[in-house]
Amino acid sequence: MLNYLASLPGAISQGLIWGIMAIGVYLTYRILDFADLTVDGSICTGACVCAMAVVGGLPLWLAMILATISGMLSGLVTALFNTVLGIPPILSGILTQLILWSVNLKILGKANQALSARNYKLLVTQLNPAWQNLLVLAIFCAAVIGVLYWFFGTETGSAIRATGNNPAMSRAQGINTNVMKVIGLVLSNGLVALAGALLSQFLGQADINMGKGAIVIGLAAVIIGEAVFGRRVRNFALSLLCVIGGSVVYYLVYQTVIYLGLDTDLLKMLSAVMVAIFLAIPYLKSKTKVRSKKTTDGEGHKNA
Amino acid sequence: MLELIGVKKTFNPGTVNAKQALAGIDLKLNEGDFVTVIGGNGAGKSTTLNAIAGSWPIDEGKIIIGGNDVTHMPEHKRAKFLGRVFQDPMLGTAANMEIEENLALAARRGKTRSLRWRITDAERKEYRELLSTLELGLEDRMTVKVGLLSGGQRQALTLLMATINRPHLLLLDEHTAALDPKTAAKVLETTDRIISQMNLTAMMVTHNMRDAITHGNRLIMMKDGKIILDIAGEEKKNLTVEALLDMFSKKSGEEFASDRALLS
Repeated sequence: MLNYLASLPGAISQGLIWGIMAIGVYLTYRILDFADLTVDGSICTGACVCAMAVVGGLPLWLAMILATISGMLSGLVTALFNTVLGIPPILSGILTQLILWSVNLKILGKANQALSARNYKLLVTQLNPAWQNLLVLAIFCAAVIGVLYWFFGTETGSAIRATGNNPAMSRAQGINTNVMKVIGLVLSNGLVALAGALLSQFLGQADINMGKGAIVIGLAAVIIGEAVFGRRVRNFALSLLCVIGGSVVYYLVYQTVIYLGLDTDLLKMLSAVMVAIFLAIPYLKSKTKVRSKKTTDGEGHKNA
Repeated sequence: MLELIGVKKTFNPGTVNAKQALAGIDLKLNEGDFVTVIGGNGAGKSTTLNAIAGSWPIDEGKIIIGGNDVTHMPEHKRAKFLGRVFQDPMLGTAANMEIEENLALAARRGKTRSLRWRITDAERKEYRELLSTLELGLEDRMTVKVGLLSGGQRQALTLLMATINRPHLLLLDEHTAALDPKTAAKVLETTDRIISQMNLTAMMVTHNMRDAITHGNRLIMMKDGKIILDIAGEEKKNLTVEALLDMFSKKSGEEFASDRALLS
């Protein structure tokens, strides 16, 4: 039991790191209405760039900026596949993901690079006291939320939201929807790679496999956030906070499930099943609504 | 104000599904013309409006709006010359955004979108007054998401958005067809008021012959991607549904083939 309690701050830290990644997923999936699978690759790219830059002797802040830029470039590639070459969103993301697999291997030069806090000065590591990690990550999360709140309140941010909401209307109102997609995907993958950079420090390594299934964790965080903290949150900053909350809940559950002795091999499957269920609920609900409308007749028209 | 010269468009060329939707459209609208467009299903009415708006490139011809050749201009760039209202009330607004946000988006049509805040207090005041002219009570619900409005309310709002900066040309694509008759009449009334107040040039596609006759100063009828009738002035004022049907069968050698037009 004590072991379990001692593991919770670490779980929360992981939750906060993945929360930043999940905000990236939220931007594409919820705001831009673009299911972007690039993130499985770009989170790993962020980790690889950060680890190699630090090991290569660059200061940490520069390594993290480079990592973020590498993610932004990944997002740009996906955006160009979609907007310039007309490749469907999901396929665009998968193609970039595959490109990044090779790129990440080339960056690392092998499958794994250790990044020990004993040898390098890092921001969040398991050697730090837990409160310090939590504080640093909370500041990161707050900064990300603050900047995004401002950006999506501007004319350009507003145009990005409109693009995801109704592309036909956006073009009719003179919005270049392709440019908005580019900005959205660049921003999203930049955040994802930043999360990757933090993750490599926290885990003490960059690994070629660390992005596998990242999209599912991101989606799970978004969905849990909405389910647990309220679907009807109207304030944009609060809905981003809900995403981070969702991610923390995910990792707390994850830690608990491990503590209870569940086979960790099954965790990815369970995550995927959970996401599938939550994604299915609104669809199934709408189907039953139609049925009950038929049977009650008239009742259902109240809101029409 | 608008000039279409020999505009042609074939969808799915070279396949068994090839369909010539526009077979050489020539049309010239003068400043302040309010043209109603009628015709059977597949006559090319909406296609004409989409060609003007730039939904896809045309195969042949020229499109000139207010002296600007827009033939090769992408849709979002042409938008600065145009105001558009679609048949589907869902299509003209962003449902997840607030009423005032939608208006602010429309007010920036044709301008560069910067990192300034998306709406100013001065604008809020202005939109409030503008919304009150609709007499739908929307001025007190400016921060409500548009998705919560009824179809009629959304069309009225889209109309405001389309005309918030005076467009060179207002394109109305059966914008009342999806509404119940009472709401449709109200939206049409608002349409008439805005067009005459701002002295706009407008094209209104409709399935309803009576609406086509009672609104506007000019009427064109389309069939098989061509304009087969163009009536203006006194002749348009004295037009009746019977006379119109008669002209149609004389011109095309067949009966007017749209039950919807006859019944409404």
